[in-house]
Amino acid sequence: MSTPTLDVQGLVYAYPDGHAALRGVDLHVHRGERVALLGPNGAGKTTLVLHLNGILTGDAGTVSVSGLPVVKQNLQDVRRRVGIVFQDPDDQLFLGSVRQDVAFGPANLGVRGAALDRRVMDALEQVGMAEFADRPPHHLSFGQRRRVAVATVLAMEPEILVLDEPSSNLDPASRRELADILRSLDVTVLMVTHDLPYALELCPRSVVLAEGAVVADGATFDVLTDDVLMKEHRLELPFGFDPRTIG
Amino acid sequence: MGAGHGHRLHFHGHSVVHRAQPHHKILALLGFVLLVVATPREWFAAYLLHLSLLLVVIAASRVPVTYLLKRLVVEVPFVVFALLMPFIAHGPQVEVLGVAVSEPGLLAAWGLLVKGTLGVLASLTLAATTEPQDVLRGLERLRMPQLVVQIMGFMIRYLDVVSGELSRMLTAMRSRGCDPRRPRHWPALARSLGALFIRSYERGERVHLAMLSRGYTGRLPS
Repeated sequence: MSTPTLDVQGLVYAYPDGHAALRGVDLHVHRGERVALLGPNGAGKTTLVLHLNGILTGDAGTVSVSGLPVVKQNLQDVRRRVGIVFQDPDDQLFLGSVRQDVAFGPANLGVRGAALDRRVMDALEQVGMAEFADRPPHHLSFGQRRRVAVATVLAMEPEILVLDEPSSNLDPASRRELADILRSLDVTVLMVTHDLPYALELCPRSVVLAEGAVVADGATFDVLTDDVLMKEHRLELPFGFDPRTIG
Repeated sequence: MGAGHGHRLHFHGHSVVHRAQPHHKILALLGFVLLVVATPREWFAAYLLHLSLLLVVIAASRVPVTYLLKRLVVEVPFVVFALLMPFIAHGPQVEVLGVAVSEPGLLAAWGLLVKGTLGVLASLTLAATTEPQDVLRGLERLRMPQLVVQIMGFMIRYLDVVSGELSRMLTAMRSRGCDPRRPRHWPALARSLGALFIRSYERGERVHLAMLSRGYTGRLPS
């Protein structure tokens, strides 16, 4: 079998105050997959995400990205390979114009001049925001800012795109536009979400994290229709939504 | 929600003044302010010259004078102080409109008023004709340390975010029957300002995480 794009083995992490956040997480994501990471609030999803590019380092266990272990001397390379889109676009867009913000990541990787311009415009075109390149981010709508936040990471040409709650605070039209964009991208995706219909729509596979461990890993349809599992881990489908009635 | 409404000082245009290099404009402003401050306050005619110079620049920028005058209100605290001076300063007295006021005080008030007003008006002209981002670029050209320019850039970027957060907090307070303008409710206001500080601090940490995640190593790419 090929090397997984993302390979997490036995990852354990406790916060400095002793609270155990991850208690032995195993997770493999292969090239081209779109995987949803589900779980109730406080399950450790965001903590796990912060381990994927070495912002946090586990007390035990390993994380590797396409075979490259996430350790201090590889951090710059790991951060190129793992692109994280955070939940609040205002945290991700901190420069004066959309263009500068999208250029920030690749410029840190040493891309310059025409190659940098091309990357920026390519990334913005992929999210349909090319015409906004010279606007300040705080003049955009929330949905547009979310898309630009995705572009800031795409410009680094990551091997895996990690999205933290991509559909939160979006109106239904922006939510659908973002889904269209994510589907059109030729990149491996790991998506942390509470939006179960969104997971079903976009991700063939789902992983459920509860109390710092993986408790289910399988086809999204099977996970969402496993009533016992769902109930046990505080996962609930929105009113009126039943995966069985969808083709 | 949260989307800002542009920088309230900038007046969009394409005049000669708008198109001038930002670092030239900053140097011109600095030179002008130094000149005004260095002019002895008894040289009344010189101030007329300064003012006409400034008015020529404003006319060339095609920014309406009323637009700038409205924004002169930031100067009000200094004006109040200046107006008090003739009454509280010592020295020989003179009669103005039948009221005895201190002569040195009057002169000091005139100096403060005219220097302050000219300086503020010139700064407003720079702000009206230069996008905040261009001011930063200009400062960078003038060798202002990178770190200071970065901090100013973040300040401009997050001013709207933080003030938006504050106004939402105040709305939430008002919705629950608290009027932040009444002194009786100031303790609650103070607590919410503390909360705002913590929130901003935490946002700073999240921004830093997002920067690290994109390979930030301590220098912003130019």
